[in-house]
Amino acid sequence: MNQEALPLLQIKGLVKTYGKAPALNGVSLSVGKGDAVVILGPSGCGKSTLLRCINGLERIQSGEIILNGENISNPGARWDLVRQRVGMVFQSYDLFPHMSVLDNVLLGPLKVQKRDKAEARRQAEGLLARVGLLDRKKDYPRQLSGGQKQRVAIVRALCMNPDLMLFDEVTAALDPEMVREVLDVIAGLAEQGMTMLIVTHEMDFAKAIADKAVFIVDGAVEEESDGEVFFRNPRTERARRFLNSFQYESRRPRRKTGAAPSGLTPVPVTRATMG
Amino acid sequence: MLNWAFIAEKAPAYVKAAGLTLKLAGAGIALSLVLGLLCALALYYRVPVLRRAVAAYIELSRNTPLLIQLFFLYFGLPKLGVMLSSWTCALIGLTFLGGSYMAEAFRGGLDSVSKAQIEAGLSIGMRSLALARHVALPQAFLVALPGLCANSVFLIKETSIVSIVALPDLMFVARELIGLYYNTVEALGMLVFAYVVILLPVSWAFRSLERRFRYAQLGT
Repeated sequence: MNQEALPLLQIKGLVKTYGKAPALNGVSLSVGKGDAVVILGPSGCGKSTLLRCINGLERIQSGEIILNGENISNPGARWDLVRQRVGMVFQSYDLFPHMSVLDNVLLGPLKVQKRDKAEARRQAEGLLARVGLLDRKKDYPRQLSGGQKQRVAIVRALCMNPDLMLFDEVTAALDPEMVREVLDVIAGLAEQGMTMLIVTHEMDFAKAIADKAVFIVDGAVEEESDGEVFFRNPRTERARRFLNSFQYESRRPRRKTGAAPSGLTPVPVTRATMG
Repeated sequence: MLNWAFIAEKAPAYVKAAGLTLKLAGAGIALSLVLGLLCALALYYRVPVLRRAVAAYIELSRNTPLLIQLFFLYFGLPKLGVMLSSWTCALIGLTFLGGSYMAEAFRGGLDSVSKAQIEAGLSIGMRSLALARHVALPQAFLVALPGLCANSVFLIKETSIVSIVALPDLMFVARELIGLYYNTVEALGMLVFAYVVILLPVSWAFRSLERRFRYAQLGT
C-alpha cells in the first residue's frame, strides 16, 4: 500500500454519548497529510466534542481513531504520547497564568519531551518571533491581550512539533479586532502544510482556508466536500441553509423554499475580517 | 507598680521558653504542611480507601479540641502501653491538629484550579505527576497561601496549650512564676509581650509574602 495515500487521520464510526444523549453518532472522516479541514455546523452539533475525542479529552463509546495508521482509540492507548503528536488550541487560550510566555511554550518540550534546553528555546523563540510576540516572551499571560494570548497558545502547541493541529473555536472568545491576527497565524500554518482540523464560525476564514469542509448536524456528518465545492455549491440542503444563515439578506422568506437562486452563490458575510 | 527587678531577673527564662515555643511551632507547622499536602492530594486524586481515611481524620481533628487530643496522647496512650515524651506528644498533637487545617487550605487551592488548566496541561502530553507539579500545585499554592499563613499563626498560638503535658513553653513558665511568686501581673505581662514579639513579625512577614505572590497569579 502506498504510504502517501494513507490519510494522516482516519475516524471511523465514532460514537460519543453523554449518559443517554448522543453527542457524536457514528462520525467518519479522513484527513490527508497537509490538509486544512474545516468543521462546520450549528451550535451543539458535536464539533468541539469531535476535536476533544481526537486527543482523548473525551472518552468514546465506540468507533476508531487512526493516526498515522495507528489505532489510538484502543483502551490501552497512551494518550500522553498521542497528545504530543496532536496539538490542541482552546477557545479560552488556557495559558498557564503562573508562567511567563516563554515558560508556557517550553513546558511541554522540556518537561514532557525532555528535549535539550537550548534547542527547545531556539525553536520557541523562533515560533514566538513568527507570531510577532518575541518581545513579550518574559511577560505573563495577564499582561497580554486576548489575541496575543491565543497566538501564544498556538505556539505552545506548535513547539511540540505535532503532526496534527486541532483548533477549537479559537477566535470565539476574542474581541472582533483581534480575530484577524489569530486567523492570520493559522492561515500561515496551513500554507506551510500543517495538517489541521479547525472548528470555527468565521465563515470567510473557513472559506479561504478549507481544503475540505465537514458539515456536522446532530452528531453526524451531513456533508463532506472539497472546500471549494462546499462553499460555492453545497450538495446538501441543510448545508445550503446553514451557509445562507450567515448572509443577512438571504434570511427572508426565500429560505422557506430552500432554493437559493441559482447563480447567486451564498457568499457569506460575517464579522470576520479576511480579505 | 510593676516589679521591674523581677521582670529583669526572669526575662531569660522567657527567652529560653520562647525558643522552645518557636521550635515546637516551627516543627509543627512544617509537619502540618507535609501532612496537609499529602491529605489534600489523596482527596484531589480520589485515592480509593485513603481518601475516606483522610476525610475521617479531617473531621476528627477539626472537631476535637487540641486540649483533649493532648490529654489522650499524654495520659490515655500510656494506659494502652504507649509512652511518649512530652515533646513527642506536643508535636504529634500539633501536627494532628494542623494537618487537617492545612489539608483544607491546600484542597481549596487545588479545587480552584480550573478543569481547563488541567486539560491544557494534558493537551501537551503531561501525565498526572508532571501536571500536579507544574500546573496544579503552583496555582493551588498561590490560592492556598493566605489560608496556610493564617493556619501557621493559629498553630503558633495553639502551642500555648502544650504546657499541660509538662513542656516548658512560654505559658508553662508564666504559670510556674505565678505559682511560685504570685507576681501575676508581671508574669502575664511578660507572657503577652513574648507572644506579641513572636507573632507580630511573623504576621508581617506573611502579609508581605501574600502581597508578593498575589501578583504572580490569575488573569488567565
